[in-house]
Amino acid sequence: MQQLLTFTIIGLSTGAIYAVVASGLVVTYTTSGIFNLAHGATGMLAAFTYWQLRFDWDVPAPIALFLTLFVLCPLFGALTERVVMRGLQGTTEVVRLSVTVALFAFMIGLANWVWPSDSSREAFLKFFEGNSVSIAGINVSWHRIITFGCAILVAIVLRLLLFRTRMGVAMRAVVDDRNLTELNGGRPDRVSMFAWALSATLAGLAGILLAGEQQLNIEPLVLLVINAYAAAIIGRLKNLPLTFLGAAVLGLLDSYYLAYSDESWFPQSAFGFSLAGIRAAIPTIVLFIALLTRPQSRLRAGIVRFREETRVPEWSTSILGAVSLVAVVVAISGMLTRSNTLLLLNGFTMAIVALSLVPLTGYAGQMSLAPLTFAGLGAIAMAKLPGDGNIATFVLAVVIVAVAGGIVALPALRLSGIYLALSTAAFAVLVTKLIFNQKQTFQSGNIAVPILKIPFVEIDSPRGRLILTATAFSLLGLLVVAVRRSRLGRRLIALKDSPAAAATLGMNLTRTKVAAFALSAGIGACAGALAGDKVSPQQYDFTQSLPVVLLAVVGGVGTVGGALFGGLLLGGNSVLASVVPSLKNVSKILPGTIGITLGRNPSGAATQTAEAFRVLKGRWNLLAVVGAGAFVIWALTAADVLSHWTFVVTGVVWFLAVAPNLPLVVDSSSARRATAVVYLAAGLVITAAIDWSTALDVTGQRLIAIVILVAVIGLGAQRIMESGPRVRADSPDVIGLDRDFSGEEIEHAERELRVVIR
Amino acid sequence: MSLLYVDRVMVRFGGVTAVDGVNLLARAGEVTGLIGPNGAGKTTLFNVISGMQEPTGGSVSLDSVDITDLPAHKRAQRGMARTFQRLELFGSLSVRDNIKVAAELAALTNVNAIVDEMIERVGITDIADRPAGDLPTGSARLVEIARALATRPKLLLLDEPASGLDESESERLGDLLRTLAATGLGVLLVEHDMGLVMKVCDVIYVLDLGQIIAHGTPNEIQHDPKVLEAYLGAS
Repeated sequence: MQQLLTFTIIGLSTGAIYAVVASGLVVTYTTSGIFNLAHGATGMLAAFTYWQLRFDWDVPAPIALFLTLFVLCPLFGALTERVVMRGLQGTTEVVRLSVTVALFAFMIGLANWVWPSDSSREAFLKFFEGNSVSIAGINVSWHRIITFGCAILVAIVLRLLLFRTRMGVAMRAVVDDRNLTELNGGRPDRVSMFAWALSATLAGLAGILLAGEQQLNIEPLVLLVINAYAAAIIGRLKNLPLTFLGAAVLGLLDSYYLAYSDESWFPQSAFGFSLAGIRAAIPTIVLFIALLTRPQSRLRAGIVRFREETRVPEWSTSILGAVSLVAVVVAISGMLTRSNTLLLLNGFTMAIVALSLVPLTGYAGQMSLAPLTFAGLGAIAMAKLPGDGNIATFVLAVVIVAVAGGIVALPALRLSGIYLALSTAAFAVLVTKLIFNQKQTFQSGNIAVPILKIPFVEIDSPRGRLILTATAFSLLGLLVVAVRRSRLGRRLIALKDSPAAAATLGMNLTRTKVAAFALSAGIGACAGALAGDKVSPQQYDFTQSLPVVLLAVVGGVGTVGGALFGGLLLGGNSVLASVVPSLKNVSKILPGTIGITLGRNPSGAATQTAEAFRVLKGRWNLLAVVGAGAFVIWALTAADVLSHWTFVVTGVVWFLAVAPNLPLVVDSSSARRATAVVYLAAGLVITAAIDWSTALDVTGQRLIAIVILVAVIGLGAQRIMESGPRVRADSPDVIGLDRDFSGEEIEHAERELRVVIR
Repeated sequence: MSLLYVDRVMVRFGGVTAVDGVNLLARAGEVTGLIGPNGAGKTTLFNVISGMQEPTGGSVSLDSVDITDLPAHKRAQRGMARTFQRLELFGSLSVRDNIKVAAELAALTNVNAIVDEMIERVGITDIADRPAGDLPTGSARLVEIARALATRPKLLLLDEPASGLDESESERLGDLLRTLAATGLGVLLVEHDMGLVMKVCDVIYVLDLGQIIAHGTPNEIQHDPKVLEAYLGAS
């Protein structure tokens, strides 16, 4: 009895922390419609900031608390809203969620950078460390009582704020109808900003309280948000009292588990699986159950959608792309060092994982936060099935995971949007805790995935595996193209664009979604089954999935090229970290930083690059010029005039910076044409004149130089040319026009209309 | 012989009764009109018929089979297709692929021939290869009709198909509806363009505040005092 009471108190105080986090989540979701995955990370940063002030710089506690919670947190929240979130109105749920994933990655990177883990740092003390009171014979620390008090205070303050103040009324009005509020003279943007500031303070408070219990540790603080999700979902993301109740239940479950799991009557294993991981999985299980008991999402018409990439990939370009990708990899893989080969291999593996999101997220519009989980299951299946890595084993492994993907998705399919995404996150955490962390599956922490055995080909070097993985990516890419061009592909897109129309035309939405999930799981499984090496479970962790999702969306989740771009960027990111130590910290926050800008270009970077090349289509004379230029660069290298690295750099600049600008230069009639030609030529000559093999001595620096050169030369020339008014080609105002207006035509129109356009 | 039979259908949203015991009957080979002031419950009734909204009470039958509990896609497979007041095209697909998806869903053979036939029938040949998301409202409505027809339905539900059409387009739409009805298709038409409704409908139902206040031929409806009151607010 004594024990029960003790653990009830512990459970309630843990629940109090969850409640504070969850209420912040509810506040931002209801006022801006953005589910902030980075909410826990905000609390983590606040805890670190408080530690910095209080324990490292010895600022008195009240001042440190005030600075953290009432100055820095609100500032951070407001800034996040203003800079990042406000641009996201009217974008898809996928983009909005990805941006918060980006923020999440950014903050973890930042914390790792500023506060690298250091065992000798000052301890994070509880409030009034060492003091406790005795309640009914049980010692309860002051910290717990304060935690409890904070939760109650937050509940009261929120209640008063929402129902008794002007700002609260405005917030509730924005929740009900944002546009109507604006028409009535309300300022929804300002309300959102306030909500984000408030939410950051709540996250900060919870972070500081939790750090007092568990010390400064990035992961538990960040994953705090999972517990909070569960509580918030119990409150249906709207209802604060229910949210608080959910938080209390979660806290108690956790605490009781801790109390009784060692008892003899408590089951220690089920179906041969140890249940040791279950404590960590409790919030996820609750989240899963709470999600699944949500009412079926109803078919609704009239949802505003954002249009993304619409082009159907052509067979000719797709096959050409696939063949040249393999050719390029075969050609350059001989020149790479072993470590660079492994990094590129990792890049292609990630590209396959990103590719698994193309049919699911890109085509069908279903967000998954668990792509790596299926890769992990694929790796396990490949290792555990008999046959030691022959083709039949591989196929069987992929099929099993694909079927599992479809089955797992089935209960979750009643959900849509954010709820579906969260249930995939819950699934990923469950699999991580219950399967990947099993001693049985990963003996001595690792699992040996056999190399795929292909008849007549011996693959035993990293180079061989690199070529194998690149080939697999190309083939799977073609498969995805085939899907896009098929009946299934059209159905997936129909499902994304209008579920209501699709259903009323006779589409079984559930079956289509299951097909999408199974296909995605199968492709993901290939990435794991091809690992061909010892892999550790942490590689397939939920937190590792997030950057993959993020970079797939950044690259452009609607296209195969986008998946490649995203995957290689993820691989390239670790290239940066490994070869340029000084840039290591920058590379930590890089994916996040890129992702945060996503709101501005929702179709992804690969689509944008492809757009640049599309202007060359059908212009044979210009294509001939591009080809001739490439030949000249190659010939100069063959004649030993250019070094190998200069060849690479000049080639990339020629293709990425000069070629897309050629039509612009040729078509332009303005006097700026000469300037642009001189600029491009000068850029190219200077690039070719530098011996990059000796000028920079590490690969990473050269890669950065390439990116900078392409940006400066390519965008610079475009800046010079951009004199006339330009219209977006897809603007409805210009439908029927096949080109931009020339200068004379605009002048003519101005004379006729007696207006000045530019 | 009735194609669609709506029996005492009731829909409540919280305290609001949007549709209040509506009976409605639509026959094959006829155009049945459903008119009423804004907020009368027309779209809600459409949603009930097409399976997007579960009714609080009452039943819906198609071809004398009770379909009240069937999900939307099963109703479509039994020969029902609809268009939407706020357009629901597949914006990332071309016009042709929009129609193709529908034909494929109906599991028809020679899909391409049917797609071409529909494109020609509603007169959208010149925009067939454009992305559907870029179309102006008038053309988009025609694409929605072509898409619905491509499933070869027995019953076509049209939710304000003429809004956004100019006069000549609207006239062509009227002719199209008459031609379709002549082939045995049943059409249920919600529309505010009274000229069109009076011209093409065989029977008209008038819905006001969730209840059917009158039904009959266009001529009868035009002279019904209750209808005049609902529309003009005068007795």
